[in-house]
Amino acid sequence: MANKYVTDEVRKQIGKTAEPRTYEVERGAIRRFAEAVGDPNPLFNNEVAARHSRFGGIIAPPTFYRSMMAAFPEVKLEMPGNRGLDGGSDWEFFEPVRPGDRITVQTKIADIRESEGRLGAMVFTTIETSYTNQHGQLCALQRATGIRY
Amino acid sequence: MPGKQIYFEDVAEGAPIGPLEKEPTTQQLVKYAGASGDFYQIHYDKDFALKNNLPGVILHGALKNAFLGQLMTDFAGELGWLRKLSVQYRGMDQPGAKVICKGRVTKKYTEGGNHLVDCEIWLENAKGEKTTPGSATVILPSRS
Repeated sequence: MANKYVTDEVRKQIGKTAEPRTYEVERGAIRRFAEAVGDPNPLFNNEVAARHSRFGGIIAPPTFYRSMMAAFPEVKLEMPGNRGLDGGSDWEFFEPVRPGDRITVQTKIADIRESEGRLGAMVFTTIETSYTNQHGQLCALQRATGIRY
Repeated sequence: MPGKQIYFEDVAEGAPIGPLEKEPTTQQLVKYAGASGDFYQIHYDKDFALKNNLPGVILHGALKNAFLGQLMTDFAGELGWLRKLSVQYRGMDQPGAKVICKGRVTKKYTEGGNHLVDCEIWLENAKGEKTTPGSATVILPSRS
């Protein structure tokens, strides 16, 4: 079945990136994030205890990356309905994040696809965000799918 | 480091994970908004939330994601590593009500020299409805 909205032209946007942004990770920001979540894990909160861990010091909780706002590529798409949903997110974690790290955040359009659902045509847009540290190591990848219908 | 370390050999498929109970307040939502930089008003401005056809302010999906992250970093322990975390936002949760993070081991296997454990995880409300289901993979240390 031919797509109504996700035409070849729309799909040409797959792979488009937004400009990268770089953040320096502050110790206090990690602690405030862990406090806000209510996570008492000493790895995120207690420098002395964390120093004796295999990490040798405080690291950030896994979803701390949320605090590093990315620039998003514009997705050009004509749809009659313009209702949106945050479908959720998939994370992969490769390296720890420590205070003083400089993390570069960049997003790209990973996929745009259409399916016919109960509510009519639905368009699923997957944005992939990469988080890379100052040593060029990929620390994490996040894939988030937004739904428009 | 406090807490007992779990090893790959200790884990059985089907074993429960958690529970981790949370009872977020509106104050916690404000703290999370500040810490994460997500200032969408549906998470702290009741009038704004009501005008947007919500029952009141609601929890950030990302905060529930963070709770499930805590469930899994607690499970993995200091010597483990949370490798993958996926969540789907299916239902809303409001502050002032208890939410519970739980999970279950679905598979254990060795791959690329790593000892991996796949888990089904979810956050449920007081009625037992899974508002935020997901999955996770952790790398655990081995005794061998």
